[in-house]
Amino acid sequence: MSEQVEHLIRKEYAAGFHTAIDTDTLPPGLNEEVVRFISAKKNEPEWLLEWRLQAFRAWQEMEEPEWAHVDYPKVDYQAISYFSSPKSMEDKPKSLDEVDPKLLETYEKLGIPLHEQEMLAGVAMDVVFDSVSVVTTFREKLEEAGVLFCSISEAVEKYPELVKQHLGSVVPQKDNYFAALNSAVFSDGSFVYIPKGVRCPMELSTYFRINEQNTGQFERTLIVAEEGAYVSYLEGCTAPMRDENQLHAAVVELVAKDNAEIKYSTVQNWYPGDENGKGGIYNFVTKRGVCHTRAKISWTQVETGSAVTWKYPSCVLRGDHSVGEFYSVALTNNYQQADTGTKMIHIGKNTRSTIISKGISAGKSQNCYRGLVRMNPGAEGARNYTQCDSLLIGDRCGAHTFPYIESKNPSAVIEHEATTSKVSDDQMFLCQQRGLDAEKAVSMIVNGFCREVFKELPMEFAVEAGKLLEVSLEGSVG
Amino acid sequence: MLSINNLCASVEDKDILKGLSLDIKPGEVHAIMGPNGAGKSTLGSVLAGREAFSVTDGSVAFADKDLLELDVEERAREGLFLAFQYPVEIPGVSNMEFLKASVDAVRKHQGKPELSSVEFMKLARETSKKVKLDQAFLKRGVNEGFSGGEKKRNEILQMMLLEPKLCILDETDSGLDIDALQTVADGVNAMRSAERSFIVVTHYQRLLDYIVPDFVHVLADGKIVKSGDKSLAKELEAKGYSWLEGEVA
Repeated sequence: MSEQVEHLIRKEYAAGFHTAIDTDTLPPGLNEEVVRFISAKKNEPEWLLEWRLQAFRAWQEMEEPEWAHVDYPKVDYQAISYFSSPKSMEDKPKSLDEVDPKLLETYEKLGIPLHEQEMLAGVAMDVVFDSVSVVTTFREKLEEAGVLFCSISEAVEKYPELVKQHLGSVVPQKDNYFAALNSAVFSDGSFVYIPKGVRCPMELSTYFRINEQNTGQFERTLIVAEEGAYVSYLEGCTAPMRDENQLHAAVVELVAKDNAEIKYSTVQNWYPGDENGKGGIYNFVTKRGVCHTRAKISWTQVETGSAVTWKYPSCVLRGDHSVGEFYSVALTNNYQQADTGTKMIHIGKNTRSTIISKGISAGKSQNCYRGLVRMNPGAEGARNYTQCDSLLIGDRCGAHTFPYIESKNPSAVIEHEATTSKVSDDQMFLCQQRGLDAEKAVSMIVNGFCREVFKELPMEFAVEAGKLLEVSLEGSVG
Repeated sequence: MLSINNLCASVEDKDILKGLSLDIKPGEVHAIMGPNGAGKSTLGSVLAGREAFSVTDGSVAFADKDLLELDVEERAREGLFLAFQYPVEIPGVSNMEFLKASVDAVRKHQGKPELSSVEFMKLARETSKKVKLDQAFLKRGVNEGFSGGEKKRNEILQMMLLEPKLCILDETDSGLDIDALQTVADGVNAMRSAERSFIVVTHYQRLLDYIVPDFVHVLADGKIVKSGDKSLAKELEAKGYSWLEGEVA
C-alpha cells in the first residue's frame, strides 16, 4: 500500500511559478552597510536603525542553533540577498489601479484576487511580495472602526510611537539567532493595532510570497490588541519552485492586553523541495505572544510546505487567568523535515493552556513535535492539557515527540497524551470497497485525523487548508 | 450475475481457496457455510479485491465483466458490496461525510446524477431509521466507538444506500444479539429483489432462520464440498461439519 499512497500524496506544487518582473535586488551579502541600506531605503528614523544595528552586532556573536531534530547543510548567510523589491514599487502605488498588473496576475494565479469586490467578503488583506508590502485592502472600512492595518514600514512612518513601544517587547532582538537576524534585516511585514474595546469587524490577512531567486524573506509582524479588543488574523505563504534553498526567517509578536483576544492562523505552503529533497524553503520562524490579565491568544497552524521547518509559536501567560492555545497540523512528505511545536509559559495565577498537535509523516520525511510547558513558581492553580498525535503513512518516515515539562508550582496540573498511528490497510480497504479511490481515501483519513485542528480555523481559511489536504465535506453535510 | 470458476487464491504463500466454483443468478441468495479456516472470509476478500490475497488460478465473471481485472473501487462501483465481519474505525471522518463520498463515487460511475447534500441527508436519515441506527451516529466518526451491533447496522445502512447488485455478508451475524440480528436480517430481506443477489457467509445456521437462502453450500478446505437447499443448513446444525470430512478427502 505504501508505494501507492506515497505516489498519490506526491502532489505537484501548484504555486511554484516565477513572475518575470523587474526588481530592485540588493547583491548577496550581509554587513552593516546592508542593514543601513535597508533602513535608509525605508526612510526609517534613527532609533530604528540603531535598533537594527544592535541586533546585527548581537547576531554576529551568536551561533546557529543545532538542537532541533533537523539536518541541513550550513546556510551561507553571505550568499543571500537581503532586499528585493518589484521596481514598480519605487513610487508607492496609492491604490490597486496603480499596482503593476503583473503583480496582480501573480496573485490571481495563486487564487488570491486583490480587487476588493472579488475578494472573499470580510477579509482584509496585506500582501507582501519578496521584501515589500504590495497592497493592503479594505483600509478605509477598518479605519472607521479605529483598526490600524498596514505594512510595518508604513507603521514606522505613521505610528512611530506605537511601533517603538511594542517592537521587540515580546521577541527581543537577541532572543535567538534567527530572531536577531530578522531584527537586523527585516524588510516588511504587517502591523495591526486594535484599540481598546474594539472587535475587529473583519478577518485580517497577510499573504507572503517569495518570488526573487537567492533572496531571503525576513518579515516582521506586530499585532497589538488593547484592553478588551478582539482580532482574528490569517497568514498564508507560497514561493516558486527553485533548486536552491531559500531562507525565510520571520518574527511575529502578539500583544494581548487585559481581556483582549488574538486568534492567529497560518496556512504555510512554502515550496517544500522536489521529491528528491532538492530545493525548498528553510522556514526558521519565531512567533510569540504575551497575554495580560484574562487575555487569550490562540495559534492555529497548518504546515504543509518548506524543506525544513523550525517554528514554535508560543504564549507567555503573564496575566492571571490568561489563556493560551496551540492547534497544529504539520504534514511532511518526501525529504521534508519539521521540528515544530509550542511553548506555554505560565506566569500568572490560574492560567490555562491547551496544545493539540497533529503530525503527519509520509515519504522519507521526519516530523517532530517539540513543546515546552513551564509552570513558574507564581502560577498558582495553572493548568495545561497537551495532546500530541502522530500519523505515519508508509514505512520510511519518522515521527518524534519531545515534550518538555517544567513545573515549579505544586498546585499546577499538567496533562500530556500522545498517540502514534498508521493509515491502515483495513481503513484503505474499507474506503475503496465503498467506491472511493485511493487518493480520496487517504485525504479523507488524513482530514479526519486533523479534524480537531481544522475546526479551529476561520471559515475562509479552512477552505485553503482543505485544498491543501483535500477538501472535506464537513460543513456542507452533517 | 456472478460466475466463479475454479478459483484458487493464497495469502502469504498459503493456499486458501483451492478450485472453488459457484454460479449465482440475479435474485438468488446463496449461503456459504463451513468450519473455521475453510476459506469463507477469504472468498469475500478475494471477490472484493483485497490486495493481500493473490489469485493463483481460475476466473470470475461479474455482470459480464472480468472481475479479477478490476481495482477494488471499480468492483465496488460496478455494484459489488462487502459487509465486513469486523468493520474498521476511521476516526474524525464523519459517517455522513463518508457515506456521501461513497454514494457520490458509485452514482457517478453508474451515470446517475449526484444527490445534493440536502437530498442525501434526508435519504441517510430515513435509511438509518430502517436499520434502527440513531441519527446521532451519522455525525460521529465512521464506526468510532460504535458497539459491535452498531457497526453491523452501519454496514447494512451503507449497503442500502449504495444499492449494490451483489451483496456479500461476511459473518455479519458474529457478535450480534437477537434484536440486532433481526434488524440486520430485516434490512437484507427488504433489499431482496429479482435483480439483486446475496452471498451470506456464516458459521451458524441461526442467521438463515432470518435470511432464508435459496441455496446452501458447504465450504471446506478451499472448495465447495456439498450444495443443497435450506434443509442442508438444518442438517449441518444437527450433525456439525465432521460428517462431511469424508467428502473433502
